[in-house]
Amino acid sequence: MKKRLLVVWLLAALAVSAGAQSNKVLLTGAGATFPYPMYSKWFDVYHQQRPNVEINYQSIGSGGGIRQVLAGTVDFGASDGPMNDDQIKEFKEKRGVEILHFPTVLGADVPSYNVEGVKTDLKFTQKSLAGIFLGTITKWNDPEIARPNPGVKLPDSDIVVVHRSDGSGTTYVWTDFLSKVSDEWKNKVGKGTSVNWPVGLGGKGNEGVAGLVKQTPDSIGYVELIYAIQNNMPYGEVENTSGKFIKADLASVTAAAANAANNMPDDFRVSITNAPGATAYPVSSFTWLLIPSKIPDTAKRDAIKGFLEWMLKDGQNSTEALAYARLPKPVIAKELKAISLVQ
Amino acid sequence: MQRLRHGDEVAHLLTLIFAALILLLTSMLVYELWVNSHLSRTKFGWMFFWTRVWDPIFNNFGAAPFIYGTLVTSIVSLVIAVPLGLAAAIFLSELAPRKISDTISFLIDLLAAVPSVIYGLLGIFIVVPLMRTEIGPHLIKWFGHVPYLSVLFKPPNYGVGFFTAGIVLAIMVVPFIISVSREVLLTVPREQREAALALGATHWESTWKVVVPWARTGIMGSIFLALARALGETMAVTMVIGNDPKIAASLFAPGYTIAAVIANEFTEATGDLYLSALIELGLVLFLMTFILNGLARIMIVATERGGGQPA
Repeated sequence: MKKRLLVVWLLAALAVSAGAQSNKVLLTGAGATFPYPMYSKWFDVYHQQRPNVEINYQSIGSGGGIRQVLAGTVDFGASDGPMNDDQIKEFKEKRGVEILHFPTVLGADVPSYNVEGVKTDLKFTQKSLAGIFLGTITKWNDPEIARPNPGVKLPDSDIVVVHRSDGSGTTYVWTDFLSKVSDEWKNKVGKGTSVNWPVGLGGKGNEGVAGLVKQTPDSIGYVELIYAIQNNMPYGEVENTSGKFIKADLASVTAAAANAANNMPDDFRVSITNAPGATAYPVSSFTWLLIPSKIPDTAKRDAIKGFLEWMLKDGQNSTEALAYARLPKPVIAKELKAISLVQ
Repeated sequence: MQRLRHGDEVAHLLTLIFAALILLLTSMLVYELWVNSHLSRTKFGWMFFWTRVWDPIFNNFGAAPFIYGTLVTSIVSLVIAVPLGLAAAIFLSELAPRKISDTISFLIDLLAAVPSVIYGLLGIFIVVPLMRTEIGPHLIKWFGHVPYLSVLFKPPNYGVGFFTAGIVLAIMVVPFIISVSREVLLTVPREQREAALALGATHWESTWKVVVPWARTGIMGSIFLALARALGETMAVTMVIGNDPKIAASLFAPGYTIAAVIANEFTEATGDLYLSALIELGLVLFLMTFILNGLARIMIVATERGGGQPA
């Protein structure tokens, strides 16, 4: 009788410990809106594969993601632009550990325009884009725009520039590109999620910019590649460092990353706008997860590391269905090694 | 009797607590805005009000274009909405048969409950194209050469800008003016009208010289309710104003308002000073509403002294 009781007790103890092991791990993250559709799909699929891990992600914007990570209110952050040195220093001072950047997918910005009578894809030189957004090129038939577009009849009308009014990673990538191709832009305007635009109208969100461009004759704006693809918007080609005009697509964006991957810094904080390579699209960018280097809660740590590994191996296969460009192989290999830095 | 008095005390206490809560909420709001805008206040001081630059990269912030845009759009909206709303309210309360009046009022109350993003869409899809192709060119043709007025109606006209935002705001606030004014006009005692008519006044004279002045406190109230909504409106304005922080005399120029810039940039504001400047903008908006409401009170008191309905 006593023995039987013991067995029952043992079974109960086992059940309890098993229960503890299958305890839910809830991870919270916040940040970039651009990769949100991808992340929410990944988190959902990962939850189906490992039902005890649940990841809750709020797409509050890259700036918000960085702020929440600094404040320690989330387990991880996400951003379209890497954290700058000051923010990294601040993180170290506040939390006593490092913050790690893990690239997840790639995005790109494309110039979209509405010019009377122009039906073909326009080609934009680096100089012409900088000039248009600085307000120094004001007419559509400016020689700098006309030169690479022989045979296209450009009107003698004023250019209406449209940009994002809300702070956004899309703007960060666009202004990062303009800063690299124009010193005047770099010194006068700079790069960031919101900048002091020399000219133009502001539209809220990709849809706001797209709406203004569609409605306003002779206008030009920039939107995310994914938005342009999903909404069948026409967009132009941009000149890259090799002097080639490249139309953005998933392959040319991954190509930009592949060339940058060869000299990828160890902290993965690299800008791939204006990347070298004949086939590289010049207005491309990584988007990152921001993860602290020390996570005291072992269950959470294992869950995050597990997810990172899964995302790099299996997750990458589902990117193109959602029109995101996948990471190049060398970057994945390097990231897989970096996962061990999370302790 | 005893029990009833007891109930009085409880009711007194409860209502006092709720009234005090409002006070507490307001003061906490001001306190939070004040404390969190510390960085920006100490760095820019009073210059914050005059600076015309808003540069998150080089950390130089000024509120002038946003204050200007907020005031201009609100004024434009009131210039359009007040005559329209007042006329409609007079028709509904004085001239229309009761049945029609009630039906229309019901529809107007419905309009007041439509979310602002819907008005924003209305603005983008209807007002903006109309402004670019019809209203704007005509206004420029009519007023473009009139001295003084020509400053206000200067090309280029993109369709988005102060004027479009003012029109969309006017559409949004007019239901408030109509609805409240009509209610107030309906409360004017019958004797007042009859007395005027008995003295030989026409229907219109009795309405305009007796009924409207009697109700003016309430009408003023409706206008300031409208103004408050116009000042703080965010979504609909940011969709049609062009979001360009510049001060331009032309009503066709793109501009920006305080509420719009906060909504646009708050989520992505990373720098401490940047965030602080945005919060100070919130404080400025609070201050503006406070001052305008104060002015409204003073105006109401002043007009009451001139006769009309006893307070």
